[in-house]
Amino acid sequence: MRPRPAFSNAVAVVGVGETDYSRESGRSELTLALQAIGAALDDAGIEPREVDGLMKWWVDTSLEAEVAANLGIPDLAWWGEINQAGNVGAALVAHAAAAIFAGLANVVVIYRGVNGRSGRRYGRGDVTGQRGRGAGAFSEPYGLLTPQHGLAMAARRRMFETGITSRQFGAQAVAQRRHANRNPRATFHDRTLTLEEHQASRFVIEPFRLFDCCLETDGGGALVLASADRAQATAAGRPLALVRAAAQSGPGVGAPAKRGAERLFDMAGLSRADIDVVQIYDHFCPFVLFALEDYGFVKDAGRLAEEGGTEWAGDGVPVNTSGGHLSEAYLQGMNHLIEAVRQVRGESTAQVPNATFSFCDTGIGAGAVIFERFET
Amino acid sequence: MSGWRFKRPDGLPLPQPTEEAQPFFDALREHRLVVQRCASCEALVHPPRAMCGTCRAVRFDWVAMRGAGTVYSHVVTRQAVHPAFAGHTPLATVEVELAEGPRLYSNLVDVPPEEIVIGMAVEVVFVAVAEGVVLPLFRRAH
Repeated sequence: MRPRPAFSNAVAVVGVGETDYSRESGRSELTLALQAIGAALDDAGIEPREVDGLMKWWVDTSLEAEVAANLGIPDLAWWGEINQAGNVGAALVAHAAAAIFAGLANVVVIYRGVNGRSGRRYGRGDVTGQRGRGAGAFSEPYGLLTPQHGLAMAARRRMFETGITSRQFGAQAVAQRRHANRNPRATFHDRTLTLEEHQASRFVIEPFRLFDCCLETDGGGALVLASADRAQATAAGRPLALVRAAAQSGPGVGAPAKRGAERLFDMAGLSRADIDVVQIYDHFCPFVLFALEDYGFVKDAGRLAEEGGTEWAGDGVPVNTSGGHLSEAYLQGMNHLIEAVRQVRGESTAQVPNATFSFCDTGIGAGAVIFERFET
Repeated sequence: MSGWRFKRPDGLPLPQPTEEAQPFFDALREHRLVVQRCASCEALVHPPRAMCGTCRAVRFDWVAMRGAGTVYSHVVTRQAVHPAFAGHTPLATVEVELAEGPRLYSNLVDVPPEEIVIGMAVEVVFVAVAEGVVLPLFRRAH
């Protein structure tokens, strides 16, 4: 086997944090981002003046300069954002880690603050609508007005081609709800879901039923990254998450997953069977199962879900152990990244025993990360 | 046969084409469905692009499609998730694969949402939806 590149495990996630998740935060998206960053810095034991890098989703409304001014970051050496939609979280980790590895920054914070329910609503096309312009000239005039429309079109075709069923999507939704029922942060912590309730739920955009769809959430989340050497020196005694591998993949969405997976596992020097726990971007539940197949974890993800193999305590592939976007919160991949880190730190509310390698996809093939447990 | 007819919601956006896409919409006004074809390597390209991804040529011809195709996939908007759908649900949108290969989104004018199936044979009809704006919609093939 080829030696792993020097980038692998050179950088660690040294802190994670989030705000409360709600339908109406009562505060600005900037405030949510700042509070989440504060929580992540406290978790890391790092002061704002030590932060010299900031990165964000292109769709995030809180500009880096504003965040720096509010937090009291005096010297910003590295900042930037990645364009597409919600699906760039893993790409942000890759960019931040690359900057630290290259010596362009020492401590980089990735943040997301969004009033996704009380403010601009993704599910209504508030953020992605093009009013007939650009590529929208060929889709919106016919009623494809929101992100879920194009994804529903792709899902229906995949159901036709592979025979995967709505009941199998439902089995995955139920598994994630069980995870949320263990997670006090989760929006649906107190509400159970059965397969029958999933199957009886109304169609929103057919073939998506209500319980196939992600939540709409007000909230914030943040990650703090630093070099593994620095982490070793400052976090004595606490487990952290090394960035074992990170890969972006494009162009477009969906099809690139397979190519990105090959790069990712090649960099990590790992096989699918080495992964202990998986997070997959679940704007719509069917795509969790599609991604499990496209990333090569399993040939028939529908059957795996039906047999309970995606639950945290099963002997299959535990998937979306915080409840995910369906049942914890929809922070466009940020809460998946936080959960992926918590799993290798041993801090999840649906903890997979002895989790060493944690995989996180943040948007149908647009990018993924593998974290490794790091004892300091 | 039922007399079901598609009613297009007035609130749906009209196309605001890019410079590259404008000839597609100009041809529709003359009731022609055309697709870009690279003038150099003859690859069909849709949606329209500025450069051919196969050979990097920037010159394209526009060639007429026969207008025959099959339903490749379909969705049904059952909840008015956008104000344009108010009073217009259920509303079906289809992806049609043309006999020549390119795929485009559209609506079926004579098939109610619950009767649409993948593989159904369809053919283009040109429908004026606003002053100077014609869209390529489809009907059951006869």
